[in-house]
Amino acid sequence: MSGGRATTPVARTGRRRGRGETLMVPEAEFSSYYGRPVIKEPVWKVPDIPAYLYLGGLAGASAVVAGMADATDREALRRTSRVAAAGGALVSVGALVHDLGRPTRFLNMLRVFKPTSPLSVGSWILAPFSGAATVAAASELSGRLPGLGRLAGAGAAVLGPAMTTYTAVLLADTAVPGWHETHRELPFVFAGSALASAGGLAVAVDPTGPGRGIAVAGGLLELAASERMRSQLGLVGETYRDGRAGWVLRASRAVTAAGTAAALAARRLPAAGIASALLLNAGAASLRYGVFEAGMASARDPKYTVVPQRERLAQARQVSGAPPL
Amino acid sequence: FTRTSAVADLYVPIRAGTDIALLGGLVHHVLSNELYFREYVLAYTNATAIIDEEFKDTEDLDGLFSGYQPEDGSYDPGSWQYDGAAAAAAAGNRDAGTEQDGQHHKDSAGPDAYGSGGAPIGAHAKRDESMQDPRCVLQILKRHFARYTPEMVHEVCGIEPAVFARFADALTSNSGRERTSAFAYAVGWTHQSVAVQYIRTASILQTLLGNIGRPGGGILALRGHASIQGSTDIPTLFNLLPGYIPMPHAHHHQDLAEFVAADAGSTGFWGNMRDYTVSLLKAWWGDAATEDNDYCFDYLPRLTGDHGTYTTVADQIAGKVPGYFLIGENPAVGTANSRMQRHGLASLEWLVVRDLVQIESATFWKDGPEIATGEQRTEDIGTEVFFLPAAAHTEKDGSFTNTQRMLQWHRQAVEPPADCRSELWFYYHLGRRLQAKVAGSTDERDRPLQQLTWDYPTHGRHEDPSAEAVLREINGTGPDGAALSSYTELAGDGSTRCGCWIYCGVYADEVNQADRRRPGREQSWVAPEWGWAWPANRRILYNRASADPEGRPWSERKAYVWWDPEAEKWTGHDVPDFEVGKAPSYRPPEGAKAQDALSGTNAFIMQSDGLAWLYAPAGLVDGPLPAHYEPYESPVRNPVYERQDNPAMQCFEHPENPLHPVGSEVFPFVLTTYRLAEHHTAGGMSRSLPYLVELQPEPFCEVSPELADLRGLMNGGWATLTSARSAIEARVLVTSRMRPLTVAGQVVHQIGLPYHWGGNGLSTGDSANDLLGVALDPNVHIMTTKAATCDITAGRRPRGPALLRHVEAYRERAGSRIDREGDQ
Amino acid sequence: MTERVGFFTDTSVCIGCKACEVACKTWNALPADPAQGHTDFELTGMSYDNTGGLGASTWRHVAFIEQPRPPAGPPAGSPAGSVDLGMPGLGTPDGDRSEIRWLMSSDVCKHCTHAACLDVCPTGALVRTEFGTVIVQDDVCNGCGYCIPACPYGVIDQRPGDGGAFKCTMCYDRQGAGLTPACAQACPTESIQYGPLEELHERAAGRLAELQEAGQTQARLYGHDPSDGVGGDGAFFLLLDEPEVYGLPPDPVVTTRDLPVMWRNAAAAAATVAGVVLAAFASAGRRR
Ligand SMILES: Nc1nc2c(c(=O)[nH]1)N[C@H]1C(S)=C(S)[C@@H](COP(=O)(O)OP(=O)(O)OC[C@H]3O[C@@H](n4cnc5c(=O)[nH]c(N)nc54)[C@H](O)[C@@H]3O)O[C@H]1N2
Ligand SMILES: Nc1nc2c(c(=O)[nH]1)N[C@H]1C(S)=C(S)[C@@H](COP(=O)(O)OP(=O)(O)OC[C@H]3O[C@@H](n4cnc5c(=O)[nH]c(N)nc54)[C@H](O)[C@@H]3O)O[C@H]1N2
Ligand code: SF4
Ligand code: SF4
Ligand code: SF4
Ligand code: SF4
Ligand code: SF4
Ligand SMILES: [Mo]
Repeated sequence: MSGGRATTPVARTGRRRGRGETLMVPEAEFSSYYGRPVIKEPVWKVPDIPAYLYLGGLAGASAVVAGMADATDREALRRTSRVAAAGGALVSVGALVHDLGRPTRFLNMLRVFKPTSPLSVGSWILAPFSGAATVAAASELSGRLPGLGRLAGAGAAVLGPAMTTYTAVLLADTAVPGWHETHRELPFVFAGSALASAGGLAVAVDPTGPGRGIAVAGGLLELAASERMRSQLGLVGETYRDGRAGWVLRASRAVTAAGTAAALAARRLPAAGIASALLLNAGAASLRYGVFEAGMASARDPKYTVVPQRERLAQARQVSGAPPL
Repeated sequence: FTRTSAVADLYVPIRAGTDIALLGGLVHHVLSNELYFREYVLAYTNATAIIDEEFKDTEDLDGLFSGYQPEDGSYDPGSWQYDGAAAAAAAGNRDAGTEQDGQHHKDSAGPDAYGSGGAPIGAHAKRDESMQDPRCVLQILKRHFARYTPEMVHEVCGIEPAVFARFADALTSNSGRERTSAFAYAVGWTHQSVAVQYIRTASILQTLLGNIGRPGGGILALRGHASIQGSTDIPTLFNLLPGYIPMPHAHHHQDLAEFVAADAGSTGFWGNMRDYTVSLLKAWWGDAATEDNDYCFDYLPRLTGDHGTYTTVADQIAGKVPGYFLIGENPAVGTANSRMQRHGLASLEWLVVRDLVQIESATFWKDGPEIATGEQRTEDIGTEVFFLPAAAHTEKDGSFTNTQRMLQWHRQAVEPPADCRSELWFYYHLGRRLQAKVAGSTDERDRPLQQLTWDYPTHGRHEDPSAEAVLREINGTGPDGAALSSYTELAGDGSTRCGCWIYCGVYADEVNQADRRRPGREQSWVAPEWGWAWPANRRILYNRASADPEGRPWSERKAYVWWDPEAEKWTGHDVPDFEVGKAPSYRPPEGAKAQDALSGTNAFIMQSDGLAWLYAPAGLVDGPLPAHYEPYESPVRNPVYERQDNPAMQCFEHPENPLHPVGSEVFPFVLTTYRLAEHHTAGGMSRSLPYLVELQPEPFCEVSPELADLRGLMNGGWATLTSARSAIEARVLVTSRMRPLTVAGQVVHQIGLPYHWGGNGLSTGDSANDLLGVALDPNVHIMTTKAATCDITAGRRPRGPALLRHVEAYRERAGSRIDREGDQ
Repeated sequence: MTERVGFFTDTSVCIGCKACEVACKTWNALPADPAQGHTDFELTGMSYDNTGGLGASTWRHVAFIEQPRPPAGPPAGSPAGSVDLGMPGLGTPDGDRSEIRWLMSSDVCKHCTHAACLDVCPTGALVRTEFGTVIVQDDVCNGCGYCIPACPYGVIDQRPGDGGAFKCTMCYDRQGAGLTPACAQACPTESIQYGPLEELHERAAGRLAELQEAGQTQARLYGHDPSDGVGGDGAFFLLLDEPEVYGLPPDPVVTTRDLPVMWRNAAAAAATVAGVVLAAFASAGRRR
């Protein structure tokens, strides 16, 4: 009748409990209130938010690529990248609005500018960026007002890099252990995967062009940064290894690696370019989703909130020489 | 282990139904270690009284007292009297004592008739101030409680001797001159087949320790329903008139003289019985009540026997009761053996339910459990149900009387919605219409109704009668028509009117004294100007006992009232519960009557002998001393005596009320029912409120991890509880707050079951009372809800007719009895 | 800004009556809602707690914890510091089952000095009041949900169907009228004490001393320390066990404390993106 002991002191071993559920004892010894989470799980939905993260990255990096392509008269690359930047931006805005509890009040995002709120900062980046990117793409497709298109494209290119990394801060600036603890590496992870996705696209358009360098560098950065991130996460790292997040991220790594290789191969067989585009973008998207899920998992289990904080306290006490509680 | 236990200094786990053993153990501890307050005991109790030599104790008769009549399971109290003091009639009850007919006594008026005093005993008894005489009360007590040792307590209650010792030390070290201790109890003590004797044991203990009539002392009944104290003072009980004046009996009280005769001769304040009764009759029939017509004494209804709830319900089922009023009560859920209650309701011709919400007692005919089982079909139920919506306390003026006998006035805050009306409105206008109906009648029997004083000023849209006018009538008026200020002013010559003598003074000086709200910080710590307490705004009864026989406080720390020799009067923090001018040195002259017969040291002035009774020579129908008997259903044989259960227990030998055999393997577990803070009693007021429902959303039972293992019960899962009456289902809460006890060498599992649920409202579920049988305390006819037996199994109960078969199977296996166990 | 006010919740005298929960819902006209993690009104099996936790429609939550009484500790409510009446207090050494304890504690929004919810709110819906408390302006909130994972105590939440975020307002409307918050007003044991924070800190220190004198070695204050990760709470507690036993974080930190680092790294990462692209184009050379 282990379930029965739900209401008994056994609660202190941090076993999961609930109606008659049989219990498993997790390795970490810790106390909790009936195994309930300490913090609230984010209410953000799938696919909205992962899509928002991925497309924002793609759009941002693509805008930079488009800008450079424009500067170096690479028509095809400029066209594709401008469209990618605009499309990515618009859809990610759509995803964000769709995820709001009160979508009609989306514009309240621009009511204030708060540096302490990555979402506020992000909105102030996202709004002009998607505006500029859209104008650039519009003139590209319509062929009208090339001058304005060029100006807008340049603007988008300048905002682009910020687009690729503010979302990392957005996640990290929460009490979600799986996100907050990654706040040093996550921006680079997202930067890498943004480059990879945009680069991949570029390779597909122009297998011999600069896309290759971007895709390869991006892919490698993404892989390296995520590796570093996982390695320093400690207990919370479990959430990146186990469960759904675990296999999604493993898949993401494999796909990204393959995509990077494909990008290298693209010089000789152009078809590889298409493959690299697909693979790197799949990798980028699944990476965002994996990180999202890992965070959710770390929010659900009180272990990831309590144990690290306990350890922190213990260390602090050792330093201050105070007796442990 | 409750939320109260959680904040207690010491929690003493006890098997339900065994407190007499525990308290008896404490009495034994106090007596055998000479820890009692000797001066107090000598001066204020009947410890020194010598008892009739005919008297035989449970020690001699192995669990029975002398005078037991097996044929009808009743006692003849004749042999319990003081030696030399021929038993006079019991105060407030002319049945006991006089005629040697215990059963009849038991039927028509239990000692609830002694509400404001004890049963009087004639002249003063023989005494032995040395308290050495083997027949004196103290020695009888010593012998009687000798077997209640810590070991016995352990065996009966399952209380570890170490825990018992801590309890005993805490109590005794906080009693005496400098300190007092109080006992607070509620229905854990009263819902027992030995309820009154539970309280008696506590009284004996507190009296021995000198904890009565002193600040910080006492035995406090934490009463339940708002103003349930008020509804015993001005009673809703079948056998009482206002102020604990008994209801006259058809065959024994032909006229007023005969009615008050018993007390006219008696001593103590009950000696003024005639004054109280005549004033009451004058309040009711006014000018129509005169010397010549015996003040309309004949208009009073008469008792012919037990008209208590359970007898009435049995009569309903027998088809002897055509109509029934349910006012603020939900017996279909709230009363033990609620199945029986519902069968009763379904056998009526008409039923009036006045309530705030559509309670189960009003809807049983369409959705009651018996409809589900197919026992009843709506179309077969002839009961015509009138549901009349009632106004809640916030929607009307009135008073609450709390356990301190304190009246607190409340004013209407909002108009009742729609058709909701106050009780006052309902009865006033009902009375008016009935009077109108019989206005022209010349029929003798309509006279009481025609002549009834029924003239109250009304106000408002709905002509609500003035509640304060009613309070004033209760308070009483003098010859000049002015409000009286004390019951000592009442007269037996028809010159005064008083609706309830003990409330006399609540409207003194034409002021609603119950409406006083002076904050505590602006007055003395006794706070006499907050509300008004009966009698005479006294906050502690018998407070003369807070001073020593010479009238000096027992200690400065505990000074409360005292005799002021200069001023020659009693004074202090509270209204002295004593004649203010009666000096401690006063000794009654020969043949003195009423209060004059009490000496200056007789602190217990409502007692005919002015003494606190350690031993009750009269007034109780189940023995002059408490003795431990097992509950009507128990897993064990009585470890203390041969006698199993209360010899005088009132049982209902009815097919709907089968009881379980002792130590039945079929019903092996102890079942106790209780409340949750989140719900109120039968749930009408709480199961309809979302904010409360979300806090306790489902019926559940509480079991120990051990029992859960034994029966495979899952926390949060379902369980079926079965008795010989019915089977119900509830969620399971497995908790170490419940623990198995070792009783008489065997492990006893207790199951806790909140009883708030029924079929209506936002949170619905089976009613605990479907499980309980009816077995009553013989003194006050109260049901036993705290200790029964049952079985528990995992999973939900059978539905429809299958439920009946399920229960029937259990009955067959158990061989349940309908007749009384232990009547050898 | 007027003097900062707050709550001192002394769990050692809580009787678990839940009057605070009901008073809060009544005053704030909040909907009754199933327990956290439940879709219907059902028994949670968590002792007498059928609320589960704080949420969008539950701004006070009473926790119930059943555990063995620590060897030498009087029960929660014992009148520590008062004259010794020779009352039995200390648990029996053998720690038998009669020596279990039932801890009850009424949780609420902490009205943090450094409130993450407020920091991260992009719309400015969350604001600090003149009383030093933190409230949501419902008419501004767009339901972005950012405050929810930001709160280190898991207090604020989104109301299904409504979409907005809700939490305790410390009865802002009552405070304005000089009234005590409903929960504190309803509490029959003064387990919830409301007043100027300074004053409450002093009272709490006194009470803690009393309890420890009485052998309640496990008694401790929680959220009172201005040097903690959130700069101290506007609503702090006296607990009889470790915070996590009550579902509270042992060492909460306002997430925005690390924000500067985050922005720096984000900028660096962004620069990397720009750099990579530039370099790639440079090395790819001009198109002929
Ligand atoms: N919230 C709320 N408050 C109420 C009520 C309500 O329904 N809800 N009801 C009101 C009413 S009408 C009443 S009468 C009072 C009743 O108030 P209480 O008497 O407190 O009511 P219960 O919970 O039924 O019983 C009290 C305790 O008696 C214990 N008990 C059972 N048998 C025994 C025994 O043999 N010996 C001892 N020592 N203990 C025993 C039970 O374990 C239970 O914990 O409450 C009043 N107050
Ligand atoms: N198993 C078990 N059974 C028990 C008990 C137990 O401990 N265990 N306890 C017993 C005790 S102590 C009691 S007091 C009873 C209570 O049992 P009941 O009195 O039958 O139950 P309540 O729900 O209190 O019924 C009171 C009703 O009065 C209504 N009401 C409230 N105010 C007013 C008003 O002003 N006017 C009118 N007309 N109606 C009003 C309410 O809506 C409610 O429906 O239960 C008893 N039953
Ligand atoms: S407790 Fe959470 S919701 Fe309350 S103020 Fe602090 S951060 Fe905000
Ligand atoms: S949900 Fe509302 S209150 Fe919370 S952060 Fe978003 S806008 Fe601010
Ligand atoms: S302060 Fe007001 S809003 Fe906050 S919990 Fe108490 S009652 Fe609810
Ligand atoms: S009202 Fe007070 S005593 Fe009751 S549960 Fe809330 S905090 Fe505890
Ligand atoms: S309901 Fe609660 S607050 Fe009201 S009198 Fe009863 S115990 Fe006291
Ligand atoms: Mo009651």
